Amino acid sequence: MSIAPEAMTPLREKVLRRIRSRPTLRGAAILLGILVALALLAPVIAPQNPHDLASLSVMDNRLPPGATAMNGMTYWLGTDAQGRDMLSAIFYGLRTSLMVGLSATLGALVIGVAAGLMAAQFGGAIDAAIMRVVDFMLGFPSILVALVLLASIGRGVDKVILAIVMVQWAQYARLMRASALVERRKEYIEAAVNFGLPTRHIMLAHLLPNAIGSVLVVASISIAGAITLEATLSFLGVGVPVTQPSLGLLIANGFEFLLSGEYWIAVFPGIALVLLIMSLNLVGDRLRRSLNVRS
Amino acid sequence: MNADAQTLLEVRGLRTVFHALDGAWPAVDGVDLSVSRGEVLGLVGESGSGKSVTGFSLVQLIDPPGEIIQGSVAFKGEDLRAATPERLRALRGDRIAMIFQDPLMTLNPVLSVGEQMAEAILEHRAMPRAEALKLAAQALARVGIPSPEARLKQFPHEFSGGMRQRVAIATALLNEPDLIIADEPTTALDVTIQSQILYEVQKLARETGTAVIWITHDLAVVAELADRIAVMYAGRIVETGPVDLVLDAPRHPYTQGLLGSSATLVAPGGRLNQIEGMAPRIDSRPSGCPFRPRCPRSLPVCAEIDPPPTFDGARQFRCHNPAQPMVTTP
Amino acid sequence: MTAFVLQRLIQSVFVLLAVSVVVFFAVYGIGDPIELLVPPQVSDAERQALIQRLGLDLPVWQQYFTFMANALKGDLGRSFVHGVPAIELILARLPATVELVLLAMALAILVGVPLGLYAGLDPDSRPSRLIMAGTVLGFSLPNFWKGMMLILLFSVVLGLLPTAGRGETVSVLGVQTSLLTANGLKHLILPALNLSIPNMALLTRLVAAGTSEAMGQDYVRYARAKGVRPRRIVGRHVLRNILIPVVTVVGIEFGSLVAFSTITETVFAWPGMGKLLIDSIYQLDRPVVVAYVMLATLLFVSVNFLVDVLYAALDPRVKLAGDSA
Repeated sequence: MSIAPEAMTPLREKVLRRIRSRPTLRGAAILLGILVALALLAPVIAPQNPHDLASLSVMDNRLPPGATAMNGMTYWLGTDAQGRDMLSAIFYGLRTSLMVGLSATLGALVIGVAAGLMAAQFGGAIDAAIMRVVDFMLGFPSILVALVLLASIGRGVDKVILAIVMVQWAQYARLMRASALVERRKEYIEAAVNFGLPTRHIMLAHLLPNAIGSVLVVASISIAGAITLEATLSFLGVGVPVTQPSLGLLIANGFEFLLSGEYWIAVFPGIALVLLIMSLNLVGDRLRRSLNVRS
Repeated sequence: MNADAQTLLEVRGLRTVFHALDGAWPAVDGVDLSVSRGEVLGLVGESGSGKSVTGFSLVQLIDPPGEIIQGSVAFKGEDLRAATPERLRALRGDRIAMIFQDPLMTLNPVLSVGEQMAEAILEHRAMPRAEALKLAAQALARVGIPSPEARLKQFPHEFSGGMRQRVAIATALLNEPDLIIADEPTTALDVTIQSQILYEVQKLARETGTAVIWITHDLAVVAELADRIAVMYAGRIVETGPVDLVLDAPRHPYTQGLLGSSATLVAPGGRLNQIEGMAPRIDSRPSGCPFRPRCPRSLPVCAEIDPPPTFDGARQFRCHNPAQPMVTTP
Repeated sequence: MTAFVLQRLIQSVFVLLAVSVVVFFAVYGIGDPIELLVPPQVSDAERQALIQRLGLDLPVWQQYFTFMANALKGDLGRSFVHGVPAIELILARLPATVELVLLAMALAILVGVPLGLYAGLDPDSRPSRLIMAGTVLGFSLPNFWKGMMLILLFSVVLGLLPTAGRGETVSVLGVQTSLLTANGLKHLILPALNLSIPNMALLTRLVAAGTSEAMGQDYVRYARAKGVRPRRIVGRHVLRNILIPVVTVVGIEFGSLVAFSTITETVFAWPGMGKLLIDSIYQLDRPVVVAYVMLATLLFVSVNFLVDVLYAALDPRVKLAGDSA
């Protein structure tokens, strides 16, 4: 049907603009792809191995972006206090940040999904016990829980991952339980139960694959949260060790030079971290919206 | 403008559309209406016929993506489409009051009933709050709510559905308006309470000289309450006239169909006939007469030309092949 | 009402107990503080004396009961490092954190609620879209990064505000505060702003979502049909409905503000209890860490308790009987 000319009002334009406007996913996805590629290829493309202290030249410390090294190479993003090439440090830092964020999310996902699935399947006292722990965990700010945990077990990549797993599993457990409970009410599960299939089979072959979708979507958004948490803990000095700096630790190392105007040591890793977090957030959020999952 | 002093509301060629990507769909498609002072008009139609949108269009309460794009609404000679927002605000609730369909949703859950009634007065005239609350209590007593002073301090969730709708009716009466637009106010209520409220509204309208536009899908309610009837189908008025005339001898096949499907209006022992098919969706109305696909009396011309209004004494209808008026026997 | 309050109080005590067990065993059960506290060159006798004095030779569960018995008397242990009661150490730092948190919350409300109302009333306008885009940055960017950018902008580039410390303080009823001196306020504004940004963003989104939802509700349409002025519709009908989630979130977020103040205090060298926690973690000063967590928990629990009571008072639909359990 054609639109009557009298209906072509300014308001129509405004309404249509609202219906049509949908921010693009492509930019965020491309950016994320580039960052992941840089992290994966760091050993190949980085001009320098920043973990190899022997290759660093202390004479080159705190050079501004674009400066030339003693050996003739160019430090495009400057160097830090140890004379480390910031560009290489950022590539490797991305690697550490992404690795910690992904492993922690995966770990939390496995524990949370298992706990939520058991709570939903067995109900009763098991459900009550698991959910009591979940409520307790979620009642405290994650940063505080992680801080106190790391205070007692010390720093290290594995320990940071453990700390993030500890603070994040509870949200997946709650989601998984809710999602599995909905699934359990469906007829095919009832049929499977009546058919006498073993509980383990029902849980793993039916409940798990059908209920995990929304949990995975939320997890994709939580990767950004895990990376932020890691960066924060490392910034506070209880995260990854100095021998394997993540973006957060690089920023912390540059912080003291910020005030004297040597901005690049902190700012460039910061920009990398912000781009990583924003692109992960945007992609995850799009995913959630297009699959229509409420978090 | 209509010079007739008895005419309260005069609507001409009203069109309200809803904008969508693929079109601007007319929910109200060229409606003419007129209401005299003290008159009760029953606006009847199935859901989706545009009767509620018509009601909201009268007081210019249409929000995007809806828009009133054509026609005039003259209230006491004043063109409401040209009125400023502040002028409209001053008229709403004061000279033109509304009662909404769902009594559960229309009262703000977190404000006391007294506050929500008093504000209807205080937003229109300056008086002490205590005095406004006293008027509110009187209005509640008038619609038969016991111990009104105590009730004013309560919140909506402490009222039953019927009680809430009485609150809405009492609120509409507070400023003694010239016109009340009631949008299916009794649909959500059970039959006993419904007829009680109908009776009270009729009585109050008579006492105060307030005109009422009663929007409903229930022909029986209109038969009981209204002076005149306007039957809506697919955004237009297909038949209108004095209620006795139209219901006794409908000329539009749609009115006939509605009448034949109304359990309370078919004579005992008579057959109850549903109209076949469904009312067309707003975005898929047929060409020509919109009722044609469901009409038992359709002619080839009905697919070509939208029937214009035909006048027949006090009544008016839009049909190429109307039923002949029955000869009434005394 | 009494039943409700009592029930919530009992719950709160259980939460505190659970936290004390978990935290105590987490902090004392793992690792060995002796290595750090006792210099390697001291004699075995001195070493034993020190261990005994600190009670580190007892089984952990026994240490816990001693700890709890003392805690009930208001004694949360002595700092290994400073040799003074941990609670004194923390209480001395409390005012700095409290004023930071309160100002941050005030900023979040004063900025977030009006922005949210604006964005919720006219969601399609350019400023509203800008506001909503800003909120995404506001709570997804790491807090320490935002703090550094504030320092870079306001201190390094513009040279307007100081970067560290509390500045001049004055004593009011025995409590030191930066709120009442110009210099103190200058020091306070950046940390408070930094701490408030995530909550500002959260409140903006919450209020915007609540406003646009409320504006589409029948009760708002009905109020318009009654001829209620737009100002009153927003100020009374809409705001009164939004107030309930806002109060809840403000209460819940109060706890997270205290937690997040550790980051802001570290970035801005603000001498509050958050900075003390970080310093104590570095120095393995366990009594201070445990005491901090216990006090913070007490704070969260009390605030949550207050929020519940306030929530019940704000929403007439909530019944205050014991039947809610």
